[in-house]
Amino acid sequence: MNAASPKPVLEMRGIAKSFPGVKALEGVDLTLYPGQVTALIGENGAGKSTLVKILTGVYQPDGGTIVLDGTPVLFPTAEAAMDAGVSAIHQETVLFDELSVVENIFVGHQLTNRFGLLDWPAMRARTRAIMANIDPDIDPDTRLKDLGIARKHLVAIARALSVEATKIVIMDEPTAALSYKEVEDLYEIVERLKGQGKAILFISHKFEEIFRIADRYTVFRDGKPVGDGLVAEADTNKLISMMVGRTVEHIFPKIEVAPGGTVLEVQGLSHPTEFADISFSLRKGEILGFYGLVGAGRSEVMQALFGVTHPSAGTIRIEGKTIQPRTPIQAIDAGIVYVPEERGRQGAVTALPIFQNITLPSLARISRHGFLDLAKEFEITRHYAARLDLRASNLSQDVGTLSGGNQQKVVIGKWLATEPKVIILDEPTKGIDVGSKSAVHGFMSELASQGLSVIMVSSELPEILGMADRIVVMREGRIAGTFDRSAVDAEELVRHATGNTAKEAA
Amino acid sequence: MSTISAPTPPNATLTPRNIPDRLSLGWRRIFQRWETLLLVVAVLIFIFNAFASPYFLDPWSLSDATYNFTEKAIVALAMTFVIIAGDIDLSVASIIALASTAMGAAAAAGLGTPAIVVIGLGVGILCGAFNGFLVTRFQVPSIVATIGTMSLFRGISYVVLGDQAYTKYPSSFAWFGQGYVWWVITAEFAIFAVLSVILGVLLHKTSFGRRVFALGNNPVAARFSGVRVERIRFLLFLMTGTAAGIASVLLTSRLGATRPTIATGMELEAVTMAVLGGVNILGGSGTIPGVVIAAFVMGLVTFGFGLLNVPGIVMSIFVGALLIAVIALPILWRRFARRRA
Repeated sequence: MNAASPKPVLEMRGIAKSFPGVKALEGVDLTLYPGQVTALIGENGAGKSTLVKILTGVYQPDGGTIVLDGTPVLFPTAEAAMDAGVSAIHQETVLFDELSVVENIFVGHQLTNRFGLLDWPAMRARTRAIMANIDPDIDPDTRLKDLGIARKHLVAIARALSVEATKIVIMDEPTAALSYKEVEDLYEIVERLKGQGKAILFISHKFEEIFRIADRYTVFRDGKPVGDGLVAEADTNKLISMMVGRTVEHIFPKIEVAPGGTVLEVQGLSHPTEFADISFSLRKGEILGFYGLVGAGRSEVMQALFGVTHPSAGTIRIEGKTIQPRTPIQAIDAGIVYVPEERGRQGAVTALPIFQNITLPSLARISRHGFLDLAKEFEITRHYAARLDLRASNLSQDVGTLSGGNQQKVVIGKWLATEPKVIILDEPTKGIDVGSKSAVHGFMSELASQGLSVIMVSSELPEILGMADRIVVMREGRIAGTFDRSAVDAEELVRHATGNTAKEAA
Repeated sequence: MSTISAPTPPNATLTPRNIPDRLSLGWRRIFQRWETLLLVVAVLIFIFNAFASPYFLDPWSLSDATYNFTEKAIVALAMTFVIIAGDIDLSVASIIALASTAMGAAAAAGLGTPAIVVIGLGVGILCGAFNGFLVTRFQVPSIVATIGTMSLFRGISYVVLGDQAYTKYPSSFAWFGQGYVWWVITAEFAIFAVLSVILGVLLHKTSFGRRVFALGNNPVAARFSGVRVERIRFLLFLMTGTAAGIASVLLTSRLGATRPTIATGMELEAVTMAVLGGVNILGGSGTIPGVVIAAFVMGLVTFGFGLLNVPGIVMSIFVGALLIAVIALPILWRRFARRRA
């Protein structure tokens, strides 16, 4: 490991990027050196993916400069970034199932012969040459859909390497879908790339991996870099505390409630592919937090409680009565409602007015013999709009014209109007502005103090620690631990979520 | 069409407790409505027809003019629901043929008018149930399922009839397609008017109608909001089947004969009528009043063509051009409105 830094190949200075209501990145500096692996570390939502998208030309930064090999550059398109030598291997591989390996590798930058036609022999030969280093068993003419997920990933890597001028390779959680053996192969590939003098940006949640492969690290928190240095001089605890140890800029309006009797009891809930052996209980007036990495199976468990996905085993009891929800309406009737993470797709009908969204699940109750009662609909909507501090110009405005935070208030209001026993909030404050965040948090506390039981799925540690009475940590589809809020800290939660419990570095 | 009006900008400065239920519609907004535009077009064609022929304004002549759109319009009313819900039913004309064939067979077997009508409606309902079953149980996309049943249903008619026709209907059966309920008001028109009111109320004033809009705009969010998505879709196919059954009774009674080619191409005219009426072909929006006005527009145009001795084949070209135009126009209109906003 040669840490004495040569000339950097890429320097990002003061990069900023905002989305409506959210500052995704602010004052971001990042330096990559040839022949070295830089690990990018941070919580979900810390801005890592946004940075990758800026570096690959998908997003345009609002401010800051990118200097490549000493010259300032702009990447107006993904193609421009690729031509300049930036290749990315994404979390979800963006490849074409119906095309062959060769076609996938060269799509967008095909080789042509002197007649301007596609030069298949050259592309096949080049594919074989690249694949020889990665996985010689993959035939260039195989259709992608006939390959397993791990091998698809290898094709994605080959695609990144097919551009000869590649100087920078971005790997966004490349090992998430790989088996142990394949991960070892990947490490070899990374070593080979280092040997060829390429700079590698390696994004991972697995500290074990970072210590194994990376030379340098940069830690992100809330869209800002909070620390960088040489991996050789760091340890897990130091990195974790950088990741989570934020200043308290947000006072959580938590009301202490003495929880009542058990409302919801889940035992041994299992799904063939998504989760296994999930058991927990929820008491009246309690806020139960679910923490874990993206893909840990938290949303899938919640959707099973809501009747969207169907568990293969286990029992769900609400107030002592066993239920088996097969459709959302059965869950709603039993008193379980769900505020989904994908607000625009699953939560709200954005092309319909606010009041029609609010009353949609309650129509049966508030209509007279099936006929709409508009006066009553507006009365209910006004009530929840006031309680949730909704900001809108009128209640017949389409939900899609509201800000993300106000859309979320509409979805929550919709469920409160059904007077549920248990409300499940899946990443309730993801992508919404700070003001609306406070409103949602305040509201959650108020609801719990009034006897509603709340399950809050969140990947944001401050939110989990600030709002939940007890915290369930999930990892890879299983419960990794259940903690009382008073008896746990951020580092402990991250260790359980990432599976680093074994190595308590002193 | 609600999508035509520009979205109200979110206003963050209002205090929450003072959010009005709705903003009053200005005259400009009312004028921008698709229905208003259509009504103007209908009036213009009406005036044109009045000048084109001295006989047009005669009450009996106007009454005759309603015959060339009421059956299609009844189908279009039901089609409106299916399209708003994000589906389509292209088998309606074939359902009419199959129901007519069944009625012809019943009449040939000596059954009376009530039994014939029940059989016609029953076949329509069964065909609709079959479509709904394919779409909801086997998750066949509705356009594929109903193209299939379009061939299937009419195919059965051809097998039964060949180049023959059923022409022996009891004389009392003729009332549905040829009778009058009062003065110049035909039975057909009266049935269409009653159905328009019932279906208009169902779509715009009931929780069922509200759920149809929710489902058409976002089936996933609708399901996540406790809407029984598959049940509603099934019921809507049952509705188009029933409407086709009613149209079959009226058409068969009016023609007094059943041939396997009966009502050929009517599915496209019904879809055209719905889309002309402002129903979004992609689902999610549309109104019954709009479709009713569109029915009059198409009826008046057809009648005007008749007055001008325009051949039938030109009419078919007109319907095709109209279908393309009414799908393209709202898109251009929206682009235009957005540029001005």
